[in-house]
Amino acid sequence: MSTSLQFWPDSASSVAGEINLFYITMIVLCATIAIGIAIFLIYCAIRYHRKRENEMGDQTRNYIPAEVTWIVTPFLLFMGMFMWGAKMYMDIERPPDDAIPMYAIGKQWMWKIQHPEGQREINELHIPVGRPIKITLTSEDVIHSFFVPAFRTKQDVLPGRYTMIWFEATKPGKYHLFCSQYCGNKHSGMIGYVYAMQPADYQAWLTQGAPEGSLSSQGEKYFHQYGCANCHHFDNQGRCPDLRNLYMRPVQISTGDYVTADDSYIRESILDPNAKIVYGFQPNIMPNFSGLIPEDQVVALISYIKALGPAPGNQMPSSNGAVPKSFGTQPGIAGPNATSGSGSHRGQR
Amino acid sequence: MQLQDQVHIGGSADMTIETIAEPVRKNYLNDKQGILSWLLTTDHKRIGLLYTFSITVLFFIGGFFALMMRLELLSPRNWLVSTETYNKLFTMHGIIMVWFFLIPSIPNTIGNFVIPLMIGAKDLAFPKLNLASWYVFMLGAGVTIYALFRGGVDTGWTFYTPFSTGYSTTYVIAAAMGIFISGFSTIMTSVNFIATIHRMRAPGLTWFRLPIFIWSMYANSVVLVLNTPVLAITLVMVAVERVFQVGIFDPALGGDPVLFQHMFWFYSHPAVYTMVLPGMAVISEIVPVFSRKPIFGYTAVAFSSVGIAVIGFLVWGHHMFVAGESVYSAMAFSLLSYFVAVPSAIKVFNWTATMYKGSVSWDTPMLYAIGFIGLFTIGGMTGLFLAALGLDVHVHDTYFVIAHFHYIMVGGTVMAFLGAFHYWWPKISGKLYPEGLGKLGAMIVFLGFNLTFFPQFVLGYLGMPRRYAAYPEEFQMLHIISTAGATILGVGYILPLCYLIWSWKYGKPAGPNPWRATGLEWQTSSPPPTHNFKKTPVVNVRAYDYEAMKEQLGLREREFENV
Repeated sequence: MSTSLQFWPDSASSVAGEINLFYITMIVLCATIAIGIAIFLIYCAIRYHRKRENEMGDQTRNYIPAEVTWIVTPFLLFMGMFMWGAKMYMDIERPPDDAIPMYAIGKQWMWKIQHPEGQREINELHIPVGRPIKITLTSEDVIHSFFVPAFRTKQDVLPGRYTMIWFEATKPGKYHLFCSQYCGNKHSGMIGYVYAMQPADYQAWLTQGAPEGSLSSQGEKYFHQYGCANCHHFDNQGRCPDLRNLYMRPVQISTGDYVTADDSYIRESILDPNAKIVYGFQPNIMPNFSGLIPEDQVVALISYIKALGPAPGNQMPSSNGAVPKSFGTQPGIAGPNATSGSGSHRGQR
Repeated sequence: MQLQDQVHIGGSADMTIETIAEPVRKNYLNDKQGILSWLLTTDHKRIGLLYTFSITVLFFIGGFFALMMRLELLSPRNWLVSTETYNKLFTMHGIIMVWFFLIPSIPNTIGNFVIPLMIGAKDLAFPKLNLASWYVFMLGAGVTIYALFRGGVDTGWTFYTPFSTGYSTTYVIAAAMGIFISGFSTIMTSVNFIATIHRMRAPGLTWFRLPIFIWSMYANSVVLVLNTPVLAITLVMVAVERVFQVGIFDPALGGDPVLFQHMFWFYSHPAVYTMVLPGMAVISEIVPVFSRKPIFGYTAVAFSSVGIAVIGFLVWGHHMFVAGESVYSAMAFSLLSYFVAVPSAIKVFNWTATMYKGSVSWDTPMLYAIGFIGLFTIGGMTGLFLAALGLDVHVHDTYFVIAHFHYIMVGGTVMAFLGAFHYWWPKISGKLYPEGLGKLGAMIVFLGFNLTFFPQFVLGYLGMPRRYAAYPEEFQMLHIISTAGATILGVGYILPLCYLIWSWKYGKPAGPNPWRATGLEWQTSSPPPTHNFKKTPVVNVRAYDYEAMKEQLGLREREFENV
């Protein structure tokens, strides 16, 4: 039996410090007010304790200045809390541009991690400290949630779409990776570890090898295996869109709108090609792969398409009003605004 | 029934509430005899007692599940029950406590009993509908218990998709059906309350003369009428997808899993307020009565209930900050969540100010009320932690959330429920409960509650996720403390049950108005006659007007020695 009493969690990410500070500030502020109320209650209960059975209290019904004070003061305090909390949320939700992209797939009841270098892990995640890591998440079955308490961050992992979590570890160590969304019988066994390592150690770990090659080379294999290469020639002559330099580029679709070719868009276009047809191409040519390609192969395919060349500069056509400067969508994934099958509805509706 | 002439007690006729305070032999309890006279009664007071009996049984069933969970969590490994059973325990605990205890708790028992009395009516507007609502409730409870005995449900009370529609192999539809049915009883009672409060107030009892209890129950009923159908639709869709494989929520069938969360929380966040608004209603009665003062800031307190009811419908997205919501909508929901906290703060400050310069007694109901204010303050303030976006990401779906809502639901609503039963017990039973045991019980509940749930805030920030049957070892000590508290809390709940039943038979007669309260319900005999009042009362005064009623109540001004 563990008899140690722990009161404070490890703090090992770039955002943990500010969240701790906010938490402590909230505790001090709220405890001060709560203790003040408690002292006042006890004071009233004792000071005004009924002495004679037939006496009544003072009959004051209202005092407007007091009423205004305790409406306005909490409101102002609440607005301060809101703004600080929202500011931290922006930091937590928006990854830096240089983040290392990784993939994690949740299934009952394990975490499957894929590194861009090709390493696969189950219920373990090795990362370097001092480098932001961006993990694209999806689930093969029910909703899970990717939670690393020491990093103070979590993100629900949804079936049928991508969400994203990012963090930058600041302290080497071994930290819990929990599933925090109830997902069935062995929910409490869906626990893994994150190993934050010094960059040199991480490089050494990487060189232990990925027998199947890098993630994009695995993707290339699937690209041929599923017959994608039969139509998607790398030229502009075929019946299918050219996939070179596709990633993160705005794509005009048949409705005339533009969408950004992020992970969610590419995933949707692989699994359900008719959902969005590229402008100038015919629907019903590419077969529907929904349910035929497992999620881990989809991320390999996306990784391969990414490797075909990123868009130069990531810019969007400013002349077309249909592509507003979107807010909150991180490059590459649906991010927190994924509310329908694909998160890349930038130009739609 | 023998009608007596109207009697004025103290004061002049134009300054007092005209009623009869003479004890009458015939009352609602002995007016008719036999089991059928209870099962076919249309008397709101008897129906209130039928509900009290039912939900007390259900509360102890739900409490038993909680105790089993706490025992299991003594060890980091599964030692008492399997993970499968544990998952069913927390699911059934949630379902029973939310839909078969908390939501009907105060409205259908105390509300049923005192609303007509408080507004000077003979009964609710639709007495037969009221009885029907109890039978519908019992049917819903029966179906849920059936699901339990067939093997239970393991989805969590939130029924998140696609787990509930495609993956759980337990009795999801039976449990959902039980909740679906009980929703009709909720709507029946709420419609009844709304109609009664609108149409059946005594002459002279204008809206701004109403006790705050009525305002809160009214706001509560409106919310329930509006949000319960949303739950019904959502549960039907879960059943349709589960049975017919129609793609609504499961992406494998072409559905959207987050749609379920939007619909569920659009119901369930307002539902959270329907669990605590009745508690606030009770506290708004007890604090003035036991301070012998009008409630401070009547208008602010009354409209804060309305504010909670309205804004409560606009904050559902704060349950989904990590579910893949856009940053913009998360910010809107965070802001609105802070807005809805303001009316709660207004109530706390006004209750506190009501005690200032009062004549404060330390009777059991007041101890529960003071306990409520303290625990509700902690529960509400930790809600501010959760409304802060950046912090919610960390504590979301952890024990911090569990501790937070138990401070509101158990520290708030259950304390208010117990306070209400002690406060109105003389009216309900005609007897006094043993005051010493009452105070002891209130203290045990307060201490046991804090010992159970305060460590869970610490566990939550440490990162202990919800709904874990087993957990890493470093969390064990805090779980042990919490379980120790839960056993004390269990004793605290059994004690009032025992002495209240005892006092039903052996308690001292209470008399019509043992607290010298101003409300209309205290102007009739205890227990009240079947039709509540011998003559319809006429109201000329505002609520809690001790000044106007001091001669009638035999009160005099307080002599402050050195204020």
